[in-house]
Amino acid sequence: MSARPILSVEGLSKQFVLRSEGFGVPPRTVQAVSNVSLDLGEGHTLGIVGESGCGKSTTARLLMGLIRPDAGSIRLDGREIDRSARGLTEFRRYVQMVFQDSSASLNPRLTIEASVMFGPMVHGVARPAARAIAHRLLDRVGLEPMRFAGRYPHELSGGQRQRVNIARALALEPRIVIFDEAVSALDKSIEAQVLNLLLDLKADLKLSYIFISHDLNVVRYISDDVLVMYLGEVVEYGPAASIYARPTHPYTRALLASMPSLDPDRRTTAPPITGDPPSPIEPPPGCRFHTRCALADEVCRSAKPASSSCGAQHFVSCHMLDPRSGHRQAGQP
Amino acid sequence: MSERVAPLLDVRDLNVAFSGERGTVHAVNGVSFQLEAGRVLGLLGESGSGKSVTMRALLRILPENRARISGSIHCNGRDVLALNRRDLNSFRGGDVAMIFQDPGVALDPVFTIGNQIADTVIRHKGVSRQVARARALEMLDLVRIPSARRRLDNYPHELSGDMRQRAMIALALSCSPRLLLADEPTTALDATVQIQVILLLRELQKDLGMAAIFVTHDVGVAAEISDDIAVMYAGRIVELGPARDVIKRPRHPYTRGLLASTIHAESHGARIAGIPGSPPDLARLQEGCAFAPRCTLAGPECRLKGPELAQDSPGHHFACFRSMP
Amino acid sequence: MTLAFDPPVARASLGYWAGVSRRLRRDTVSMVCLVVLLLIIAAAICAPLIAPYDPSVGSVVRRLRPVGTPGHLLGTDDLGRDMLTRLLYGARLSLIMGIVPVCIALVIGGSLGMLAGFVGGRVNTVVMRTADVFFAFPSVLLAIAIAGILGAGVVNSIVALTIVLIPPLVRVSESATAQVSALDFVEAARASGARDTTILRVHVLSNILGPVLVYTTSLFSVAVILASGLSFIGLGAKPPTPEWGLMLNNLRNAIYSQPLVAALPGVLIFVVSLSFNLLADGLRSAMDVR
Repeated sequence: MSARPILSVEGLSKQFVLRSEGFGVPPRTVQAVSNVSLDLGEGHTLGIVGESGCGKSTTARLLMGLIRPDAGSIRLDGREIDRSARGLTEFRRYVQMVFQDSSASLNPRLTIEASVMFGPMVHGVARPAARAIAHRLLDRVGLEPMRFAGRYPHELSGGQRQRVNIARALALEPRIVIFDEAVSALDKSIEAQVLNLLLDLKADLKLSYIFISHDLNVVRYISDDVLVMYLGEVVEYGPAASIYARPTHPYTRALLASMPSLDPDRRTTAPPITGDPPSPIEPPPGCRFHTRCALADEVCRSAKPASSSCGAQHFVSCHMLDPRSGHRQAGQP
Repeated sequence: MSERVAPLLDVRDLNVAFSGERGTVHAVNGVSFQLEAGRVLGLLGESGSGKSVTMRALLRILPENRARISGSIHCNGRDVLALNRRDLNSFRGGDVAMIFQDPGVALDPVFTIGNQIADTVIRHKGVSRQVARARALEMLDLVRIPSARRRLDNYPHELSGDMRQRAMIALALSCSPRLLLADEPTTALDATVQIQVILLLRELQKDLGMAAIFVTHDVGVAAEISDDIAVMYAGRIVELGPARDVIKRPRHPYTRGLLASTIHAESHGARIAGIPGSPPDLARLQEGCAFAPRCTLAGPECRLKGPELAQDSPGHHFACFRSMP
Repeated sequence: MTLAFDPPVARASLGYWAGVSRRLRRDTVSMVCLVVLLLIIAAAICAPLIAPYDPSVGSVVRRLRPVGTPGHLLGTDDLGRDMLTRLLYGARLSLIMGIVPVCIALVIGGSLGMLAGFVGGRVNTVVMRTADVFFAFPSVLLAIAIAGILGAGVVNSIVALTIVLIPPLVRVSESATAQVSALDFVEAARASGARDTTILRVHVLSNILGPVLVYTTSLFSVAVILASGLSFIGLGAKPPTPEWGLMLNNLRNAIYSQPLVAALPGVLIFVVSLSFNLLADGLRSAMDVR
């Protein structure tokens, strides 16, 4: 976070209103993202981790400007994004996204060349120039244009399709690329190839990444900073090295302890936490993690924890970190 | 010293081929292994390695008109490939049960959890409905579904994902199978839930003395649960041995590549020394070792003839001509 | 799956529609149906050239001749008019009354459905609830009621049939559009800054065309029967215009004396309707590939 932030987000919130279940029944709401703040340093990678329903994907869509936040600000290079149609089109040149499902994110009726060309053509590049861009990028992501340009998505393997998606995202020469579980569906050997490619591209094209994943090992591998989310809220945020060395929030610790060990001699013996994450529809009051937290106290059930610092640029939202919160273990986590 | 007891499961030279529009897909090519009662075998491989097809062949739940199975499968004293329809039904769910990645496959949405388990118990054990219901309750308790008595009357969609997974396990174990086949049962789960299900399965397997085959693409999951690990590539077992040996002293270049590709704590920032290329097309398998096109060690002999499994240390086998310890 | 052994030469892959047409051409049933339909359509267009007689001139002495009569290959009707001639001319009106409403409904219903499926929200509610109101009535009754209100006549029955056929097309195109719009590539297109019209044209249309066309083909089969039905009960074509449904009605009384002749218009309606139906099935399976 020492680098100059290219993207700054403050107090980002979004709730979805569900369809009412009948006359007189008030519609229920999903607090998909509440009060998320983050900074993406120029040339850095920010990892966002959490389980299903934690708001990772909604955060990605908010950052892309694909959905409008209820509150909060997103600043690119210090300038608030302009939400007019024109402004958003301009903004999207700079921020692109790669989705998890490599086949659903390519139009099955278009050749991969046409899929990559689409973005530049939308922005007014003529067809031959767009084709040249597409061929250069396909080559860059390791798909020989001679062999692949005319193919359709179903003729490619998952790893190859994801390379096409990366080329498509790069076609507008973005400065930030958001990866929403972009390698999660790939086989390990292919995932490793794609991660190597991402590191190369980032260095060559001076990109900044936001890398969303449920796989803590992959996030640790690729990220400079890490944001841990639980039910739409940030529970811990800081430099990757610091978070992995000193995970402080009980949830972060549980998440790390839940990773299968790669050593048959040091197997996990007891589950770090029990149960499912609760539904983000009407989440628990107070600290949203208190229903699964072994250390929860009275205060956790009623009051939201504030964000406290626990090291250089390392922030944790837990009552135990705040000596005045009234938690019986406050100040001695 | 000890007399040889026939293993619970004995698979010899299993081949499965699917005929389809694109030609014949050779999904499993000469798989042989034995599994003793009470042991857990992790079947590790990537998509298209034939691990799931092998599992389905063991239960004979492959589409019969498209799949050609050859070789032999003996389980619990039965010749699986020779079973008639009636014996097959008592074999499935009775001697051997299977759990899946998606509980939706195993749980019928129109019946309550309790009725599904009870019906299965009645079908296999011929007990009264009352006894079967009691068994269902016992099973839900066993897999630690909270307030189990109430959950008996829930439909699958009324349970959370984690509980559906547990209910499916309860259903699979309700008739005390000797062998449990688990096809990536934790892959779709969140990390904090996955570890709970793994631990539960490990514990149940020990307590009930079942053998299990656990199919996974995740080295970590295999390490957590397996006694032995078999690594599959292009429909063959390329390495087989005690979990500790396979993970700590892998001999086959594919296993080594897979382990190197698996990102763990130590690998921050450095490039990953993975495996180049992509897996072969099972409809167009070439002569020789299927891994040769991606292998850095491959020499001319690898492209002529496929290596057989050879022993490294007791119980640790691998199929490679050129691997050095 | 892997492309490791492909020769490194530029290779244009077969497009989706080329693949569909190749699979369709391999399907014997579909090809037979297609040939039958094309023959009937060609015969209808060329009716003045190939018909042996004038469709409206009969002869009282040659009434109700059986099939196979020399000079009247398919016999004559109750007014002594040549059946072959009248069936050929009748095909024109019957096909027009069956096909035109479907085409109009395809344009109107298809666009409304795309709009509703893509925009969603209130627009969707208004369009779809309106379609539901029409759906509440059986299509036959609705067509009869509308044609009854508008009055008998070819144009009015075309209007009536169009109104009846719009709601099902709205529904099919809405559900296909909603499905496609939820896919990531639409989101990705939006993320690249594309306008809605561009996304609809490039990404949505190409993907819903298949299912909508299959459904349209099967609607032809329904519409041909409905159109003949309207004429049969006197709400469509008026005598002496040759039209299959109307001819069927006129020959009702001859069903005992010349059953074969009386059944001929019905056989043709059946053949056309069945061909469209089987063709729709063939099209569906030719498109059903991932």
